[in-house]
Amino acid sequence: MAVTQDDVRQVAELARLGVDPARLEPLVAELNGILQHMEVLSNVDTTAIEGATLINQPIESTPLRSDSDGPLKMMSPKESFAPSMKDGFFIVPRLATHEDATDSAP
Amino acid sequence: MTILDFSRLSATALAAKISGGSVSPADAVDASIACAKQAGAGADSLNIYLWTDDNLARREAQSLAEGMKRAGKGGRLAGIPMAVKDNIATLGLPTTCASKLLAGYISPYEATAITRLRQEGAIVVAKTNMDEFAMGSSTENSAYGPARNPLDVRRVPGGSSGGSAAAVAAGIVPLALGSETGGSVRQPAAFCGVVGVKPTYGRVSRHGLVAFASSLDQIGPLARNVDDAALATEIISGVDPNDSTSSSRKVGSYRDQYLSLASSPRPLDGMTVGVPEEYFPEELDPGIRSLCERSIDTLKSLGAKVIDVQLPNTRLAIPVYYIVAPAEASSNLARFDGVRFGARAKSSSLREMYADTRSSGFGPEVTRRILLGTYVLSAGYYDAYYKKAQAVRGLITRDFRDVFGKGIDVLFTPTTPTTAFPVGAISDPYQMYLSDIFTATSNLAGVPAMSLPIGRVAGLPVGGQIIASHFCESTMFRVAYALEAALGGEAHQ
Repeated sequence: MAVTQDDVRQVAELARLGVDPARLEPLVAELNGILQHMEVLSNVDTTAIEGATLINQPIESTPLRSDSDGPLKMMSPKESFAPSMKDGFFIVPRLATHEDATDSAP
Repeated sequence: MTILDFSRLSATALAAKISGGSVSPADAVDASIACAKQAGAGADSLNIYLWTDDNLARREAQSLAEGMKRAGKGGRLAGIPMAVKDNIATLGLPTTCASKLLAGYISPYEATAITRLRQEGAIVVAKTNMDEFAMGSSTENSAYGPARNPLDVRRVPGGSSGGSAAAVAAGIVPLALGSETGGSVRQPAAFCGVVGVKPTYGRVSRHGLVAFASSLDQIGPLARNVDDAALATEIISGVDPNDSTSSSRKVGSYRDQYLSLASSPRPLDGMTVGVPEEYFPEELDPGIRSLCERSIDTLKSLGAKVIDVQLPNTRLAIPVYYIVAPAEASSNLARFDGVRFGARAKSSSLREMYADTRSSGFGPEVTRRILLGTYVLSAGYYDAYYKKAQAVRGLITRDFRDVFGKGIDVLFTPTTPTTAFPVGAISDPYQMYLSDIFTATSNLAGVPAMSLPIGRVAGLPVGGQIIASHFCESTMFRVAYALEAALGGEAHQ
């Protein structure tokens, strides 16, 4: 299952990463170099392992807790987390038209 | 000002002096600041500090002293200067994960582990250099340049918690926090000649630890001796409503057991130590093998029964780890999209903004792992890579359960296959990944493990690793404490 340049482009798109065209071929080589070491796993008999039963490591399972608790207490008011607020909402720079950002954010 | 020699004083000894009034918290902080300058913790020398604020630390020390005066006592870490890996959130301080993407980010909340240490009197004096987002084994993958090993500045301090290990090794602080995903506390501890602990998965809250691979990550302490490491582990352990994977099991005193046996000539009587043959391959550095054999003989002389055991799936740990960890990282790091955290690239569309922000913010290793993780999770490859790796992870976990189920109390192994290597010596990513070959198994299985110094090869420290069963930290510390005491000065020769 060798990785190709198209694979890297597709995966980069999925991961929202821009890849410099000059880095494509080195990345193909690096990923294939790593993945070839993973091939050893395909020969391992894992039929004795059922799904995820042994994956979460602690002997006890993740504890279930009541849904009754309210929101966690914050260490500082939410107003301190963002440059400014309006009507209870954070004001942040506009995403798609950054030229207008100064109109809506400090 | 009292002149303090951190290279000799343990955290517990210093805290006792501060609580007793013979040393003030300000003295301790001033001494740490002076040591940092002398050792060259800054970017122009060892490059182990990413952030420090001397005046803030002094104000905290003053405030702590006033609080102690009012209360008439100090905490168990009263006035102890502490360095913190820069992926652990510290309220009001930078938390950059050594990434350009989080440059300028100030944490609006604090990790539970930090809060608990502060409640005991510890003072955060620095945030330390690390591999970007904890992805690396040498602290060379930092956006702020590589950190250096204070024992030999031509060499790496290990990673990813290299800055924290180096700060302790250089005598700047007696205690530091790091984080583990595949060995990132134990491996730098071994390279720098200090003690490093990875607690059981779920023992320490991950709240405030910037997520890399959530099923593997744990916060752990680095210290100059086992006693300090045990105390710090004890303080940061315990259930936390902010981390649903934290265990509600009671945390006992990790120190009581070994301290009660401290005067015994055979403190390990009745214990069985397993030595897994898979951790002693033919190609293991002969010097490291020899020091491990000396430690095994010492364990026997302390009363332990030592037997050979097998962990047959050990060889599969690195392939499994480097599928599972990047897969989880590709998901966890999706949040760094330029909208909510840190830097944002200026682009004409939302999609371009995401890609431009991430591409300009992440370094090469982080990019490589996100691509790898996205690939092994993508349609057509998920079963062959990710699902298979999780199943093999189950086999690795079963190996540990099998040996601990047969009456083995702890396992003893080398921490690393080599000593600290020169900066720039390893360029092949997979060769770098092999640095974690003896440590990643514990993260995959979730068992506690620690590294302590057992000697030196050509002047470079060697770590011995003790691995225990889930939530058996007390047993692990008992063995480590006895071994450390028996080796004495030989552990650093």
